[in-house]
Amino acid sequence: MPTYLGMPPFPKAARDAVADRRLRANLAHATGTIRDRRLAAVAELDDWAALREAGRRIKDHTLEHLDHYLRLLEERVTEAGGVVHWARDADEANRIVVDLVKATGQTEVVKVKSMATQEIGLNEALAADGVTAHETDLAELIVQLGDDRPSHILVPAIHRNRAEIRDLFRRRMPGAPPDLSDEPAELAEAARRHLRAKFLSARVAVSGVNFAVAETGTLVVLESEGNGRMCLTLPETLISVMGIEKVLPAWRDLEVFLQLLPRSSTAERMNPYTSTWTGVTPGDGPGDFHLVLLDNGRTATLADEVGRQALRCIRCSACLNVCPVYARAGGHAYGSPYPGPIGAILSPQIRGIGSPVDASLPYASSLCGACFEACPVAIDLPEVLVHLRARAVENGPRHPLVDTAMAAAGWTLRSPGRLALAQRVASSSRRLVGRRGRIRRLPGPLRAWTDTRDAPVPPPESFRAWWRRTDGGRRP
Amino acid sequence: MSGAREDILGRVERILGTRPTSAAEAYAAIERPYRRRHHDDGILELFAERVADYRATVRRVTEAGLPDAVADALTGSRHGVPPGLPAAWLAATPPSRLVHDPAVADLDGLDGVVTGCAVAIAETGTIVLDHGPAQGVRALGLVPDRHLVVVAAGQVAADVPEALERLDPARPLTFVSGPSATSDIELNRVEGVHGPRVLHVLLVVDG
Repeated sequence: MPTYLGMPPFPKAARDAVADRRLRANLAHATGTIRDRRLAAVAELDDWAALREAGRRIKDHTLEHLDHYLRLLEERVTEAGGVVHWARDADEANRIVVDLVKATGQTEVVKVKSMATQEIGLNEALAADGVTAHETDLAELIVQLGDDRPSHILVPAIHRNRAEIRDLFRRRMPGAPPDLSDEPAELAEAARRHLRAKFLSARVAVSGVNFAVAETGTLVVLESEGNGRMCLTLPETLISVMGIEKVLPAWRDLEVFLQLLPRSSTAERMNPYTSTWTGVTPGDGPGDFHLVLLDNGRTATLADEVGRQALRCIRCSACLNVCPVYARAGGHAYGSPYPGPIGAILSPQIRGIGSPVDASLPYASSLCGACFEACPVAIDLPEVLVHLRARAVENGPRHPLVDTAMAAAGWTLRSPGRLALAQRVASSSRRLVGRRGRIRRLPGPLRAWTDTRDAPVPPPESFRAWWRRTDGGRRP
Repeated sequence: MSGAREDILGRVERILGTRPTSAAEAYAAIERPYRRRHHDDGILELFAERVADYRATVRRVTEAGLPDAVADALTGSRHGVPPGLPAAWLAATPPSRLVHDPAVADLDGLDGVVTGCAVAIAETGTIVLDHGPAQGVRALGLVPDRHLVVVAAGQVAADVPEALERLDPARPLTFVSGPSATSDIELNRVEGVHGPRVLHVLLVVDG
């Protein structure tokens, strides 16, 4: 998965985002609203905890027998008239899709919102080969028209308010009325008109997959707007890209996930539209169906027994909406299509902890545990975050200051005289105290520490000095 | 691409190693502590209430009253009708307002469609089409702006598990819960962004 070009590590990106008051207001409103709604939707089912536990068990079981279920899925999709392709990485997946599109002779495709195709940068790969991809989900369209990046798994344009969307449509959407207002209904109507012609003329569609049932070869897509149904049923060729972890053993398992996913993501009892299809159906829908099974770091994630649980994720985004860090930093700060707590554990695993961005992501959390509480498949996000912090320290790029600071600390602690001196210097640093009694920025090379946190104020007197002065507390 | 297939499956096998039980045995042992049914009584009332929560229109009718209810609900002049729709449902609707088995290319010119369904789910207010007789191809209930669905009382399942049991996954399925909707602009719900703006449900009960 590519890191967003030029994206700084989380601390720097978050610092900029936190300073953007409009962004913070948009995010606070959106995450607060959906958080409350989700609690109500979940409270309606008195067996929610049991459903969540079943979801966790089914996903863990599937991962434990992933080879078996992938082979079965391939067999059943093929029997039903689909063609299965395998891709080790993003480049391979993009090559497969680009070649399939080119074989149809088409230069345009319509797309259903899909995290997997965001992850592999499919739109860019198609563009490089002269194929225009049209995002048809309203939020993805807003992101695409703005040459922007998605900032939320479920609501990619969550960072935009209605006035920004109106300005964008007026400027960039062909045929948008010049007097378009910022009423959500009017904006949606403009998008409907804009996309309808595309749906009715498109010959090729690309989708993601929410679930794939190995036992029956059935693919499942959940959505709200009907753009998914348009893409899945009107074109002649359908290409679906799915991460290999999306497979489920049996048809019956959908009874768990069709209850867990809508309530966790959009806080609805059921999303407006769910489509399922098994291969091709003569006379109804695409005559040509391709399924691309994507690894792209997933087997590497599977190999880590603690981190593996991230592959249970059903992309509901509940963890984003409850996360105090996400609510302030926003999705872009995570430098990946997967933002929020799940992004902080998924991105470093599927990309590897090689870059400063990925090494910083396990720290993009207060470890408050709200994400674990909200997760419908019980991914222990704090556990994985701490585990990945250890891996980042062992394997990730290390700030040169860390080595210097540790060497200096060792040197200081080896001599009582040097320690006493250091403590006196530290106490005198109290004049650096900023607002609310915290040090917001240390001078010189120590600034790297306070770039991401405020430092506590050293006590006016060290313990050793106090002990000497009061004879161990016997003198006042 | 066979190289990629072997590589990926090979990696998975090496990581997972030899497992103590077969996939089938391990699958059978998965505990499922949830309830397969949340409601025993008042299923039809619950269904009507939950469909209405999506700002869809629900009307309870008797079998005898169905033809008039269909005629009343079909506003506009051109309505698509799929093959296999019982003629009795349309007995009170002037034939001039109906287009039988329309081509997909002509759907955008229709005011609405009328279909049956395969199964409905009370708990979630969902209607499932399996695109068999009286339901038409998937595009039929999607492109026109109004969708009138006739649901027989016997088609209403209490919960999601029961509904899935009644469905055949080999058929294409469309689960419909209210009209098309988006919440992408400041989380304000707007109906009819790409699919039908209006979902009208006639629930047929005896007596």
